[in-house]
Amino acid sequence: MPEVIHLALAIAAKDIRVELRSRTALVSALVFAALVLVIFNFARDPTALSATDLAPSALWVTFALASMVALNRAFTIERENGALDGLLVAPVSREAIFVGKLLANLAFVGTVELVTLPLFTLFFNVSLWTVLPGVLGVAALATVGFVAVGTIFSAMAVRTRFAELMLPVLLLPFMVPPLIGAVQVTTRLLAGRPLSEMLGWLRLLALYDVVFVTLCTLVFSAVVDE
Amino acid sequence: MPSHDGAALLEARGLQRSFGRVRILHGLDLSLRPGEALAIIGPNGAGKTTLLRLLAGLIRPSAGEVRILGQRLGRDVGSARHGLGVLLHQSLLYDDLTLLENLTFAARLYALDRPGAVAAAALEAAGLADRGGDLPRRLSRGLLQRAAIARAMLHSPRLLLLDEPFTGLDATAAARLRTDLQRRLAQGLGVVIVTHHLAEVWDLASRVAVLVGGRWAADEPRTGTLEAFLPRYQELIGA
Repeated sequence: MPEVIHLALAIAAKDIRVELRSRTALVSALVFAALVLVIFNFARDPTALSATDLAPSALWVTFALASMVALNRAFTIERENGALDGLLVAPVSREAIFVGKLLANLAFVGTVELVTLPLFTLFFNVSLWTVLPGVLGVAALATVGFVAVGTIFSAMAVRTRFAELMLPVLLLPFMVPPLIGAVQVTTRLLAGRPLSEMLGWLRLLALYDVVFVTLCTLVFSAVVDE
Repeated sequence: MPSHDGAALLEARGLQRSFGRVRILHGLDLSLRPGEALAIIGPNGAGKTTLLRLLAGLIRPSAGEVRILGQRLGRDVGSARHGLGVLLHQSLLYDDLTLLENLTFAARLYALDRPGAVAAAALEAAGLADRGGDLPRRLSRGLLQRAAIARAMLHSPRLLLLDEPFTGLDATAAARLRTDLQRRLAQGLGVVIVTHHLAEVWDLASRVAVLVGGRWAADEPRTGTLEAFLPRYQELIGA
């Protein structure tokens, strides 16, 4: 197990180094997130819908769409020069490869979410200070699950001719449960509701994480081995 | 060629592979012992690259099995993979990492001690000591091939699978690779070389196998001269 973690960290560090050098996915995802927030902000009729009512949905739709941009790159970099073959012929378990890619993707999506939050407060005039730990917590809980699924689908999609189109088609249906849960919890957090009202949704998010991280780790081998 | 005792480094039995309804390989057997260099040649579409990818464990056989260093090649045969070096058509290098970073990362995958030092030594051995800071996309085809070869041999594998290793190499680099392979063969390395250019590997090979339509048309010790073998090769491939 320590070897798996050691190798996974090496793979994650490599992905982060590649991204920091090119900055392609991170910058694209951040610009995309900002654009989605702008569109939400200006498309809303303030007389019909208050910013507070729309804010949780807008936040999570922005996170979801921006994540898609970040996740698309996960295996695109492995396609260049057949680098994935280099990983697969090495004495590295498929689990270590999956966990490494998952950690790197969590770092990217987490960064996108962290940078998006201040923009969100700016556009929607919502104060997050009092509920920031809660929002960060639910963001972490929801993100782990859909990023795990996104990592698997990114590995599948990259072998197709239309990888960039395939990923949203495959991933969006699987994003629905964590997004609903996250929106529900965020709505209650912003409304100052007690924790007891959120527990059910938090359990759903935690269950989704456990089930899909385990499942994705187990099926990764079948996805990458031809 | 030197002879080495010991178990087969590579054994394949009844290897078949189909893509959809098209069968590419028809029940191939193959064995390679330490110190042997097997050159696999054949016309386009004979299944050479598919065979090499099967031997490397990159694709699964439809039937049959591959054993590397005595272990059946499955998804997590770490010790077998530690002894395997693979050179494919592509360089397996990341375009946004420098050559040194690429090889250091590869050294980490193979759990080598002091990966940075190992990577630097491999680059030096490949004549790329002054190119460690370069990105692969900025290199010429020949330099990229040298870097890919350095990556394949980084962990001193016991078995090398090489797909067209001399592609893009100039005369000096090709001679350096030939000398290096001969030295390693004398130490007990086993090499499978897939090539279209038999002249490049004729002196290196201890065996020559001809693959035609996914079947062995010949698998025999290399004897005589290339000039004497070529008419027979033309006959085997039906040209």
